[in-house]
This record gives sequence, structure tokens and C-alpha cells, in this order.
Amino acid sequence: MDTPAIEARQLIKYFDDPVRVQVLHDVSFALNRGEFAAVVGKSGCGKSTLLYILSTMDTAYEGELLIDGVPMRGKKEAALARVRNEQIGFVFQFHYLLNEFSVLRNVMLPAEKLGKLSRPEIEHRAYEKLKILGIESEALKKPNQLSGGQKQRVAIARALINDPLIILGDEPTGNLDQKNGEIVFDIFKELAETYHQALLIVTHDNDFAAKTHRIIEMEDGRIIS
Amino acid sequence: MKLPLLYDVALSLLLARGRQSLVAAVGVTFSITMFIALLSFMAGLNQLLDGLVVNRTPHIRLYNEVQPAPRQPIDRYTSAGAGRQHHFIRSIRPSDELPRIRNVGAIIAALRRDPRVRGVAPKTQAQVFYNVGTINLTGTISGIEVEQEDRLFAFGDYVTTGNPLSLKTVANSIILGKAAADIMLVGVGDVVQITTVKGNHVQLKVVGLFESGLLDVDKVQSYTSLFTAQKLLGEANNYVTDVQVKLYDFSLAPPLAREYAQRYDVQALDIQTANSQFETGTFIRTLISYTVGITLLIVAGFGIYNILNMMIYEKMDTIAILKAIGFSGGDVRRLFVAVALAIGLSGGAAGLLFGFGLSVLISYVPFHPASLPTVHFYPVSFNPVFYGIGAVFSLITTYLAGYFPARKASRVDPVDIIRGK
Repeated sequence: MDTPAIEARQLIKYFDDPVRVQVLHDVSFALNRGEFAAVVGKSGCGKSTLLYILSTMDTAYEGELLIDGVPMRGKKEAALARVRNEQIGFVFQFHYLLNEFSVLRNVMLPAEKLGKLSRPEIEHRAYEKLKILGIESEALKKPNQLSGGQKQRVAIARALINDPLIILGDEPTGNLDQKNGEIVFDIFKELAETYHQALLIVTHDNDFAAKTHRIIEMEDGRIIS
Repeated sequence: MKLPLLYDVALSLLLARGRQSLVAAVGVTFSITMFIALLSFMAGLNQLLDGLVVNRTPHIRLYNEVQPAPRQPIDRYTSAGAGRQHHFIRSIRPSDELPRIRNVGAIIAALRRDPRVRGVAPKTQAQVFYNVGTINLTGTISGIEVEQEDRLFAFGDYVTTGNPLSLKTVANSIILGKAAADIMLVGVGDVVQITTVKGNHVQLKVVGLFESGLLDVDKVQSYTSLFTAQKLLGEANNYVTDVQVKLYDFSLAPPLAREYAQRYDVQALDIQTANSQFETGTFIRTLISYTVGITLLIVAGFGIYNILNMMIYEKMDTIAILKAIGFSGGDVRRLFVAVALAIGLSGGAAGLLFGFGLSVLISYVPFHPASLPTVHFYPVSFNPVFYGIGAVFSLITTYLAGYFPARKASRVDPVDIIRGK
């Protein structure tokens, strides 16, 4: 429990288009296993930008990012892809499921990419994850046959399939109604408390944020509390 | 596990855009089909035309032309050691001698022992007049050894009526050109009268008619046996004007021609010198068909390029999410190259089959060239090399057509796509 799951040290980020604007100023924080944090702040305060740097998809930043104590700077694109695959689970505002594949296959995809388990094992795990989220009965449907809340839960199941260290969410409840939002929140809470995964969720929803373990508030590219 | 997964995703992308993928594949199929059919047909024609030359003309022709003496008598008197003199007297004309090859029996015997030589056919050419009523038509009679001529130069193919071997079995017989026979109103079994240059009248029995395809040749040329031709000329049986040599490897003709010319003190003409325009024609035809074929393939390549570009624009979300869940840029590139190759391979394979089918079809289209009485269908070459080239080129063009869009896809920044929503 000594190494934080994810740690940011003096992250600085500029946007160059159309003029050079600094969006992150010396952002530093650490998130431990089992910690469930919400990042809140006004639009444009840099919280999504921070999230995408933490996700390793955005590599144009200054400062230091450590995942499980390993620095991400200087890693090749393919190595970063591997880190995302193995250690980071993603839930977006929009579900981003592949409509060509069944729900089950969508959940299986990151594990198949990781290639550590055999196909039947992966399938078994995918069913388990879907069961945790209460949608195992929809496994063989296509994503476009599902409701918005169900899709978001499939996306969460996909984020969980490789038992990642960190789960990052970019307004995962933003497109959901109250009831589905609460279901998703409960799932996140369970992940943090039962499975000891670190969760960092960007949200606009103050009720949602208030129920988390920790609130990281941002303003003008700085963490203010 | 990794590659099959990529192929699985590639397949699902293909199926998602099934119709466009099919159209792109059909484009490749069409181009490969036309490529194969065009090249097969062109090569078949080339072989036919080359065969016309290579098979029906001697690879080396030995003959003796009427020439002025290269050393005039006065040279013999003054030339030794005195290089600065120039003679204005060059009055000695060619001697009164027919263009025979001297010592022809020994030459033919020696040539037949040469391991590079497939066969030798002697020939005696004589100028004659065909008597038609009161007028005379000029003509040429070639005295030939029918069996050799048929074996080496497919003489029998030209003879459209009658049996060429009758020249040997029937005494004083002649095979007339079809055009000449029409003018003289004779057919097989009739007798024609001819006059030799020396004024002898001879009656010859027509045993066959031949068509070379060239009207001018058919009007003047006729064939008889070697013996009859020698008799017409009043010469002994060693009088031969041409020795036709056929080689196993006709590319050896030029050096051998020089060798024979020197050794036997005759003129020697090789097939390459005599028919240099044929090789040029073959080359140009081949070049044109390859150019057209490869252009077709490149156009098909643009079709694949287009469909992939469209697919990538449509599937930006998919690319972004694949990258977010751990696919690297290289994986995405391989994915789209696999899509392109799937289109190219399926289209190309179908194209090879259809190309073969079309070639077979062409080879059953009736074709009756006047110059080639033995040809009844369009000539088609079923050379496996064309299929190999077609397959390799379809792979290369589809790979290139897929590679550039795929590289673009691999560079898609998932953050741009995901944040853009």
C-alpha cells in the first residue's frame, strides 16, 4: 500500500492552438489503492485534460506521471498502450462500444488483447464482470439493442475485465438519469471498497462527488483542495 | 492470440461496410481478370506471329549471290606492297554462272553432323514463265525436298488442296499458288505449261495448291521437287541455290551464320537479321499489354485506398476506443492493412480464376486468318508466369493502397476523438 496507484508530480500542460495557453499549473497529487476520488471544477478548469494525461493517451505534458511507481515519461507508444491495456480501465461519458461485436465480446476485447488468458477463461471472466454489473442477461445482444444505462454498465465491465489498478472516468454518469447514475455510483464504490481499485472520476455532479471518499477540486488548472 | 484478434476485428470492419468492400474487391477482380486475359491473349498472338517467323523460315540461309569479283584482275598485278595505288578500271563483270552453292553435297553432309543443327533442307530456285494461253506470267519455282521442308518449316500447313508428298511420288509435278492457279484456271490434276529462262517448255502436273496468305507470293511462287527443278534448269543433281538450316536454339543463328559463311565460302543470312522488325513488334506489344494491365491494377488500388479512407473516417470512434483499451498504433495499422489485404486477396484470387476463365473463352472464339490455315481459334497463352505476376502485383498494390490510410489511422489521437464528443 506504500506506492500510490497513480501519482502526478508537477504536471504542466499547454494548449498551443490557436495561442499558447497554460491549462495545467504544477498539478501534483497521489491516489492510493482503494481510494475513490472525484475531480470537480468548472468547465475548462483542466480536469479532463488532467484525466487524459493520467490515462497516458496524452503524452504532450511536462512533469512526471507514475503509475504503480513506474514513470511513464519516455515510454514508447506501444509500451503505453500496454500500460493502458493492463493497468487502466476507462469509462467515458459516451459509452464507445463497438456495435459490430456482441456485448460479451466488447467486454472480452481488452483481455483478448492482453492475451494472458485463454479464450474460454476470458469469456468466463467477462460473464462474471457482467454479473457484478447485473447485465449478464444482455451478454449476447448487440450494444445498440441496449439502453443508455445498460451500455454504460457494459463499458464499465469492459474497463474491469483486466482487473486494472486504476479506473478513470470522464463524466461516466453525465448521460445517465438519476437512477442509473446511482447504480453506477454504487458499482464504483464497491470496486474501491471490495476490490481495492483506485478510482478517479471527473464529474459535474456535486451529489455524486459528495458521496466519494475524496474530492479534488480544480480551478484554472490548479488543484485548490 | 494477438493476430487472430486483429483479424477478427478486421473482418467485423469489413462486414460492417460489406457493400463498399465488395465493390473494391470487384474492382481488383476486374483488373486482375483483364490483366490475365490481356496478357494471355497478347502472348498467344506474339507466339503465333513469332512462330510464323521462327518456325517457317530458316534460321540460317546459305546462298550464293551473283556478285562482281571482289579482286579485279588488275589488283593481282599491282596490289602487292603498293597500297597507295587506286584503280579506275573495274570492268570485269560477274562471270556467267548461276548462283549455285559449290560442293553442296559435302556442306549439307557436314551441317547434318553439326550437333547444333536440327535439320537441313536444300532448295533450288528457278525463274520461270507460266504459259496461260498466249501470254506468259513470270514466276518462281522452288525445288524442295518435301519431307525436310514439311518437317522443318511446316510446308504442309500452307498446302490447302492436295497432298504435298505427291511432289515426291508424282513425276513432273507442281504445287501452285492459289492465286496463280485461279489466273490459269487450273486445279489439282490439271497440267500447266511453263517456260524456263533458257527457253525450254515443260509440262507439269498440278498436285496441290498452297496459300501463304500473301497474294503477291501466291501469284508467283510455286513448288516442285528438287530433282524436277534441277531438270528444269538443265543442271546436274548437285545444283542447289539455297541451303536452309534450322537450329535447336535459334538465338545462336547470328554467330553460326558468320561461322558458316567463312567456312563454306557462301553468303549466310541469320533469322535475326532477316526479321529484326519482328522482335521489335513483339517487344512493343508486350510492353503495351503490361502497361495497360498494370494501369488497371493501380486504378483498382485507388479503389481500395478510397474505401479504406472512408472506413477510417467512419470508424474514428472505434479506432479511438481500441487505442484507449490498449491497442497500439502498430496494431491499428496492421488492422487496416489486414482489411486492405483481405479485399486484395479475395478480389485477386477471384480475378485469377475469372482471368483463366476469360482466357479459355477467348481461346474458343473462331479466328480464321488467311495466312494461317491451321489456326481456327484465337491464340491464347496459358503461361503461369502471368498468373504469378497478377497475384504479386495485386498484393503489392493492395498493400500500398492499404498502408497509407492505415498509417493515418494509426496516428489518430484518441484524445481528440473522445474529447470531441
